[in-house]
Amino acid sequence: MISIKNLSKIYKSKDKMDVTAVDNLNLSINKGEIFGVIGYSGAGKSTFIRLLNRLEEPTGGEIVMDNKDMTSLNNQSLRNERQKIGMIFQHFNLLWSRTVFDNIAFPLEIAGVAKDERKDKVNELIQLVGLTGRENYYPSQLSGGQKQRVGIARALANDPKVLLCDEATSALDPQTTDDILDLLVNINRKLGLTIIVITHEMHVIKKICQRVAVMDNGKVIEQGEVLDVFMHPKEKTTRRFVQQVMGDQEEQSPIHYFVKNYQSGKVLRLHFVGETANQALISKLVKTFNVEINILQGNITQTKDGAYGTLYVHMDGNKEEIQNAIHYIHQTSVELEVEDHA
Amino acid sequence: MLRELFPNVVIEDLKVAANETFYMTGISVLGTLIIGILLGLMLFLTDRQGKTYKILNFITATIVNVFRAIPFIILILLLFPFTDWLMGTIRGPKAALPALIIGAAPFYARLVEIALKEVDKGVVEAARAMGAKTRHIIFKVLLPESMPALISGITVTAINLISYTAMAGAIGAGGLGDLAYRKGFQAWDFDVVFACTILIVIIVFIFQFIGDFLSKKIDKR
Repeated sequence: MISIKNLSKIYKSKDKMDVTAVDNLNLSINKGEIFGVIGYSGAGKSTFIRLLNRLEEPTGGEIVMDNKDMTSLNNQSLRNERQKIGMIFQHFNLLWSRTVFDNIAFPLEIAGVAKDERKDKVNELIQLVGLTGRENYYPSQLSGGQKQRVGIARALANDPKVLLCDEATSALDPQTTDDILDLLVNINRKLGLTIIVITHEMHVIKKICQRVAVMDNGKVIEQGEVLDVFMHPKEKTTRRFVQQVMGDQEEQSPIHYFVKNYQSGKVLRLHFVGETANQALISKLVKTFNVEINILQGNITQTKDGAYGTLYVHMDGNKEEIQNAIHYIHQTSVELEVEDHA
Repeated sequence: MLRELFPNVVIEDLKVAANETFYMTGISVLGTLIIGILLGLMLFLTDRQGKTYKILNFITATIVNVFRAIPFIILILLLFPFTDWLMGTIRGPKAALPALIIGAAPFYARLVEIALKEVDKGVVEAARAMGAKTRHIIFKVLLPESMPALISGITVTAINLISYTAMAGAIGAGGLGDLAYRKGFQAWDFDVVFACTILIVIIVFIFQFIGDFLSKKIDKR
């Protein structure tokens, strides 16, 4: 769907050093997926997303979107192509002088859609984003979440094939963020739209993205399925993002402390990776085997593709039952490590 | 009682003069609005990287700055040949129009430029991302989004223009300034000056009121 090769953007500066905002970036994004790009501010992700619709002109490289080479389009074809790429913004960027209805009609006016047709389309979009009854409100009368809904409706007006989200939830509170993310997933499913999400919040990535690229210093330092990246973060920056939602494992009270304190039984480390089937594992163990289980510490987070996280438990009982229980766990997809007594 | 307070005021004269002032102000506000917005857009849109833009911006800025620098009373004198050629006369309210518009438009152009700079860059970016042409950006984004500032700007300019008409009146353009000068100053009927002042203040208040009202009504921020 979108393939990006050796893309770079260098800001030339007379008196200071040139700034390389995007550095030889290669990515390919599949049709219909929600692709996340995460990075700290200054990582170049905002520049990157603006290169895709050429709000910023690339210094070098190639962007092919739907078999069309974006970088070689002339002004007229670029404008036509932009109508097929929706974009939403952190600060919504609505026209305060227009009502909700007229804001959503704006891109249709630009595309030269006839008035009657515009009306039908806008009403349809208002319903899709859940703003029925607010048609004649001005943006200043709306909450942040409602404003972003208008932004989304506006971005969808010309039936785009791609939706670019530039920190679309960063100005919203957690509850509203989740509502907007749900709406994006809903639209992705309903319309089969490819969505590219730029964010600095791992929460957004884990909630809606299938694949993620981590950006640092203008480069993609790590990319892959969200769950893989969660499980085996290779780079330091990535680990820091994973900690955003998981907490810092190493900083929590050392597990050895528990291990030392137990005279009998075993301390187990259960690792849930994209789990959906074995979420009731603990209660199943207690019912099936004659063991007692004490949860020591845990951290499970839900991603789009299942649960991910670690659980420390202490299992007590007679040796045979413990062995049977461990054997049972081995048969599930939950990974298990037995912590040795220190 | 009015007769006693204003013994030398001829109502008919006052009416004619007030009408002339209204006429000069009205037409010149309209002319200033159009030329000022054009110049202001030029200033705003050419303020970016690129050689052609730089040259255009320099030319526009120079014109604006030069005409703003010339004191109005001198500008009228300077424009006499031009006015004579354009309007066929150098006397009466009509003859004052070129000087009024050329004197006020550069000032308003700067106010327009400031107003346009206040428009949220993100909104312009959003419009570009939708595939908007420059035409769309000007008429659907820049002008509507800066409208309250454009209106309060033209209100300030209109009030300047009223005082310009009085100055133009002093050298034969007619209107309340002319009346005050000839009857009041030259014939030393001070009550006429006073009557003219009252009328001019009322006209200023009317313009200010209309401007404030429109600017407030249109602002949905």
